[in-house]
Amino acid sequence: MTGRGRLAQNAVRLGLTAVPVAFFAVFFAYPVAAIVRRGLADGGTWHVGRLAEVLGQSDIRHVLWFTLWQAAASTALTLLVALPGAYVFARLDFPGREVLRAVVTVPFVLPTVVVGAAFLALVGRGGLLDELWGVRLDTTVWAILLAHVFFNYAVVVRTVGGLWAQLDPRQEDAARMLGASPLRAWRKVTLPALAPAVAAAALMVFLFTFTSFGVVQILGGPAFSTLEVEIYRQTTDLFDLSTAAVLTIVQFLAVGAILAVHARTVRRRETALRLVDASGTAHRPRGAGQWAVLAGVLATVAVLLLLPLAVLVQRSLDTPGLGYYRALTDADGGIFLVAPIDAVGASLSYAAAATALAVVIGGLAAAALARRDAGRLVRGFDALLMLPLGVSAVTVGFGFLIALDRPPLDLRSSWILVPLAQALVGVPFVVRTMLPVLRAVDVRLREAAAVLGASPWRVWREVDLPLVRRALLVAAGFAFAVSLGEFGATVFIARPDNPTLPVAVARLLSRPGDLNYGQAMALSTILMVVCAAALLVLERLRTDRSGEF
Amino acid sequence: MLLSLAAATVRLGGRPALDGVDLDVAEHETVCVLGPSGSGKSTLLRAVAGLQPLDAGRVLLDGRDQHAVPAHRREVGLMFQDHQLFPQRDVAGNVGFGLRMRGAPKGERACRVTELLELVGLPGAGQRAVAALSGGEQQRVALARALAPRPRLLMLDEPLGQLDRSLRERLVVELRELFGRLGTTVLAVTHDQGEAFALADRVVVMRDGRIAQTGTPLEVWQRPADAFVARFLGFDNVVDATVEGAAAVTPWGKVPVPEGAPQGARTLLVRPAGVRLVPAGEGLTCTVAARTFRGTHVSVHLQPQDAPRLEAACALRHAPETGRRVGVEFDAAEIVVLDEPSRP
Repeated sequence: MTGRGRLAQNAVRLGLTAVPVAFFAVFFAYPVAAIVRRGLADGGTWHVGRLAEVLGQSDIRHVLWFTLWQAAASTALTLLVALPGAYVFARLDFPGREVLRAVVTVPFVLPTVVVGAAFLALVGRGGLLDELWGVRLDTTVWAILLAHVFFNYAVVVRTVGGLWAQLDPRQEDAARMLGASPLRAWRKVTLPALAPAVAAAALMVFLFTFTSFGVVQILGGPAFSTLEVEIYRQTTDLFDLSTAAVLTIVQFLAVGAILAVHARTVRRRETALRLVDASGTAHRPRGAGQWAVLAGVLATVAVLLLLPLAVLVQRSLDTPGLGYYRALTDADGGIFLVAPIDAVGASLSYAAAATALAVVIGGLAAAALARRDAGRLVRGFDALLMLPLGVSAVTVGFGFLIALDRPPLDLRSSWILVPLAQALVGVPFVVRTMLPVLRAVDVRLREAAAVLGASPWRVWREVDLPLVRRALLVAAGFAFAVSLGEFGATVFIARPDNPTLPVAVARLLSRPGDLNYGQAMALSTILMVVCAAALLVLERLRTDRSGEF
Repeated sequence: MLLSLAAATVRLGGRPALDGVDLDVAEHETVCVLGPSGSGKSTLLRAVAGLQPLDAGRVLLDGRDQHAVPAHRREVGLMFQDHQLFPQRDVAGNVGFGLRMRGAPKGERACRVTELLELVGLPGAGQRAVAALSGGEQQRVALARALAPRPRLLMLDEPLGQLDRSLRERLVVELRELFGRLGTTVLAVTHDQGEAFALADRVVVMRDGRIAQTGTPLEVWQRPADAFVARFLGFDNVVDATVEGAAAVTPWGKVPVPEGAPQGARTLLVRPAGVRLVPAGEGLTCTVAARTFRGTHVSVHLQPQDAPRLEAACALRHAPETGRRVGVEFDAAEIVVLDEPSRP
């Protein structure tokens, strides 16, 4: 590389970074700054004391405590239920394994309102358990915890199981040859290798449940409220924007802390593990123990993951002649200005726009991050990109609400507002999908092309693009599914005459009456089918079997 | 000169990987850079290819300074150590890549690909996937790919490094024939002296980013420049000695040296063939510590009292058993007094 080459390279890197940085500055940093101002500044003077004042209220302290302990309990419960699943999918070979692996991933991309609706149909008033045995869980915390396990099962199975499948079984063999019993070999060799992955998965689950919104909003009732739900309540029910802003700041700090720990854990995990191709490490179950674990995992998947969805579908059909589906086409009922079915079209077009935005922004960011010469500054940017993922959709929505409704940026009446918010939530998924693939492109492959006469632009087109094309499709699919199901941010900014599917479901659920309930189930079923279909297509496209998100 | 390096210097992580290297390669010449790993051989190739910027010095091709010329305009070929074939393209797609980058028309490309696949002994393999090729076949495709655009200089990074021994020995002969026939100018790097000696018109031995010795294979083999080169070539009988007249004082006692040898404190190389075994009681008394069968001869490791081990080459029939006591005498014709003075 020559002096001029280096200069050009810097220019390229600057160009790659500038677009995502600008996007995040305007649509994330600026709204967050607006939240901080709204919460802590009053007519030009700062009142940091507001923080203590709000946190001093007993009901707020109650919300904080509940947020924390339900997240901890959900995480523990998810690990307990899902770790055997991780083992089974990583190490045991059985018919239908690939299909089942894809199926257990479906819940993760399901919109939170669909999960809420499904559990309502299972354990709520008039739900399946209520009908059969008169058991209702929707007034207890168990409905929330079970829904969280349902939602995050795949996170553990794929993060831990993905690594587990790539650990060389011969390492355990080596320990056995040196005199360790099977259990001891597992404890001394495999467990230490897995521990960072377990920690990373646990932190992800904790983060997702800490910022849980849709599930708690629907299943929590008046008794249970997380920070997210409280922020929403303060904003839309009590119109106390200042308290909402303070709570958002608290949430922001907590999430930042969790993400920092997660980043450290992940970095530790990347060190010094010899990984092998995952396709060769599984074997048929041997002995009663392994068969029992397999049976237990299959039963768990059936009861916990498949039953709620089956009940959801059954409830949506629980009237003669697809009545609930047909009712979706009527605009009366006064809930909406339009027929609920119109939300499908609106959702799809919003999601398409959000996907395009997320792929461009996330793709550029990933390209910048993947460069071998990426400095510390750029790597810091990596963590920054993850922030909206954890900082929670409600923060994004609330920030848009109070920051982008006046000059210089008045987007209040623009349709682009919803796709922008959804793209912000989708970008981290795009980056996470693209980055490992881009990093895996051997630098010397690019050099080989350069020596054969390919200019830098040509190298990208001839070497990088063909290798990442699939990843790009997968990333787009993920962004699409996430955008389609996005609820927390959209609910703040979607216009009443143009709701998205999840917003429409939530509104129907909040109304009394069998017809509204049935319509919510029908709409949820439609949403579920679209998301599940998108995911199953993606699973076929995925090339890497490491299986992480 | 086709290629000239003048005081070429590259620092990697503060350490000089290439330290003021001067090197000329003439047209149609095959030069092999030989050295242990970390000696800067690969950096040398990367600097010439334009993949690694120089911190000081110059690279000239056909007399023109390449400072401002990016890699893709240098028109040199580089065959990577592990081939780096493009996995998503078939064999023909790989071989024709360079021609396509230069905008060659499709028909011409197809002709040249066919021609080259025949040249490297893979006729009709154009449609095969590169993942389905064996190591030796990948090697040939990589070579065809590098040759296809007719580079003015072909560079090979450990060209046969990953292949098994018999294949390597066959390919080295093929390569030498091929380069002779095509008149290609070649700069290759390897850590394998056998490969370097078989392939090269001229060998350049590198150490710590500097050139330790340059010469024909015969020159380098017969007169290693210093102890490092001698040891790298596989000679173990290297000791400090004081040369006085026709003999040298060494830990092994007085050893005869060739006539006209440089005098004073020197480093002495005794080739294994120059260590003659005589009945116990005569010469230097040694115990046979180990013997290794080498096909044409037996290598015998001898342990004198209070002196470094000696390696001797013996005919099969005369090799003594391990543990036997033998005497050793030295043959002046197989002893080299190295030019550098021994280190104090």
